[in-house]
Amino acid sequence: MRREGSPWQGLGVVVLKELSDHFGSVRMRVLEWLVVLTALAAVYGAIQDIRAVTAEDPFLFLHLFTTAREPLPSFVSFLGFLVPLMAIGLGFDAVNGEHNRRTLSRILAQPIYRDALLFGKFIAALATLSVSLIALWLLVIGLGLIMLGVPPGGEEMARAFLLLVVTIAYAGVWLALAMLFSTIFRSPATAALVALGLWLFLTLIWPALSPAIAEAVVWSENQATLVITAQMLARLSPSTLFGECVMAILHPSTRTLGPVYVSQLQGAVMGSPLPFWDSLMVAWPQIVGLVAATILLFVGGYVAFQRQEVRA
Amino acid sequence: MSNDVVEAQGLTRRYGTAYAVRDVSFTVGAGEIFGLLGPNGAGKTTTILMLLGLSEISAGKARVFGHDPMREPLAVKRLIGYLPDTVGFYDNISAADNLHYTGRLMGFPLADRKKRIAAALERVGLAEVANKKVGTFSRGMRQRLGLAEIVMKDARIAILDEPTNGLDPQASVDLLDLIRSLKAQGVTIILSSHLLDRVQSVCDRVALFNGGRIALMGTVEALGREVLGGGYVVEVEADGGKSIADRLAALPGVRTVSEPAAGRWRMTCDRDMRGEAAAVVVAAGGHLHQLSLDRPSLETIYTRYFQGQGPQREEVPHAA
Repeated sequence: MRREGSPWQGLGVVVLKELSDHFGSVRMRVLEWLVVLTALAAVYGAIQDIRAVTAEDPFLFLHLFTTAREPLPSFVSFLGFLVPLMAIGLGFDAVNGEHNRRTLSRILAQPIYRDALLFGKFIAALATLSVSLIALWLLVIGLGLIMLGVPPGGEEMARAFLLLVVTIAYAGVWLALAMLFSTIFRSPATAALVALGLWLFLTLIWPALSPAIAEAVVWSENQATLVITAQMLARLSPSTLFGECVMAILHPSTRTLGPVYVSQLQGAVMGSPLPFWDSLMVAWPQIVGLVAATILLFVGGYVAFQRQEVRA
Repeated sequence: MSNDVVEAQGLTRRYGTAYAVRDVSFTVGAGEIFGLLGPNGAGKTTTILMLLGLSEISAGKARVFGHDPMREPLAVKRLIGYLPDTVGFYDNISAADNLHYTGRLMGFPLADRKKRIAAALERVGLAEVANKKVGTFSRGMRQRLGLAEIVMKDARIAILDEPTNGLDPQASVDLLDLIRSLKAQGVTIILSSHLLDRVQSVCDRVALFNGGRIALMGTVEALGREVLGGGYVVEVEADGGKSIADRLAALPGVRTVSEPAAGRWRMTCDRDMRGEAAAVVVAAGGHLHQLSLDRPSLETIYTRYFQGQGPQREEVPHAA
């Protein structure tokens, strides 16, 4: 059955309303502080170590993102756990919040489809996350410029920009997951707890569990098969995909994210950096994986929302 | 040409094997106030949601100004203003900003929106608190803000789900006055409620839901005749006169006459027959002391219907 009109009618209105809600909310204040503190902590930790290494490194600026100094983790490690928290924080009550405020039926009684409401909420939350991440990225680069006194090269900026894009895609996965749970669970507290629980499982437990599962399911003595299976299983976690992307983007000498075969080393100058586009190709499957996971989770939430009875 | 703006034919909503609404048919005419009554879970809200295109129609069809709510929900939603049971607003923004949001969803340009919002808030008596956050509003004020949204939208049909639920008596009276003023403006109103006396005071016709079906439908007077066997009760007190009971029973329109005490007669009739009753007493040579009328009460009809007693039978009909 074909419905009249565009499913996106009212999308812009919903996006603007949600953006204004996010930017004026207490959550945003917390996010802003998190951004500032993360940038300061990451840059401070990295600068101390970078000063000790050679200034002749052609990718000196990228060390800002990857260098850790005990007890502080590196900037990308910060991102690894900060981004899911931010995304879950913005998405866990997107739909059930409307139910609980009893605004859903009133809003859906206006000339607007559910598609526009859900997608508008997703876009607004992702835009809010993007603004926070861009601010964080600019802060780190700005502080790095001031403290290192060396401007980044073109390829460094391209890699840093790609890191930003991948981080936004990574945020999209957790946001779509949080919105899926906000559609399934009527209580925001339940949605938040389940999303956080799944994040902890996928980030901490799943990578450790995947080799054991690979051994249990693969009846082969071939170590390579076991390693590949374990890696494929581990890649079900968005955190693993993000970590691999970071590896390929910020460590230009990374030639592969899987097992290294002799054939891959033929003619290679060990330790030499790959050009930007080659690094992008190495990370491409992981980037596609993150985007695909976002789409799948959003579609799951969309289907659940479409099938829901709107009584509140 | 039909004057009906809402038509439901065999409307059915099924969840698996359970029926929330089953084979419901009714029409609502332009400018009419149509009441949906029934106990909780009877299917009133599901019927409303199907008319709005917010719930799937399993079988049957609905038309709102000729539009199918399933195929043309946007056209239907442009025409309908909906006040849900326990209406919710965004508490952290003002009343005016809440209306601006729905106004933008309606596609009203800013200048037009401002005029509409100011006029609507004035109409429902919330102009002075237009810029206050809705979080500070009482339940009655929220209900009025819900009506302001309908006024702002210039809806041709207002669907009000339990609008007086939880309101204090004065707030209820004010809200019902607002509903009457909407009707006076030509707005068709579908009203769902279980507060029967309030429904009775504003509705032109009602449909009584039971178990997902419409059990009874019509004007309160017609339902009174159907369920109570004559909805009007006229009580006559007189002395003297001969054969007053027989004379009263012979009047066309009188269903039953009983004599609960000496010199006191109780008639159930199809209409207000106080004039004819007084004439009978005088013609019989009696002296009339008192004449009173009880209109058919929706509450009595409702209670009687759900008690399964059907039409009143305890009094012996005198009329042929």
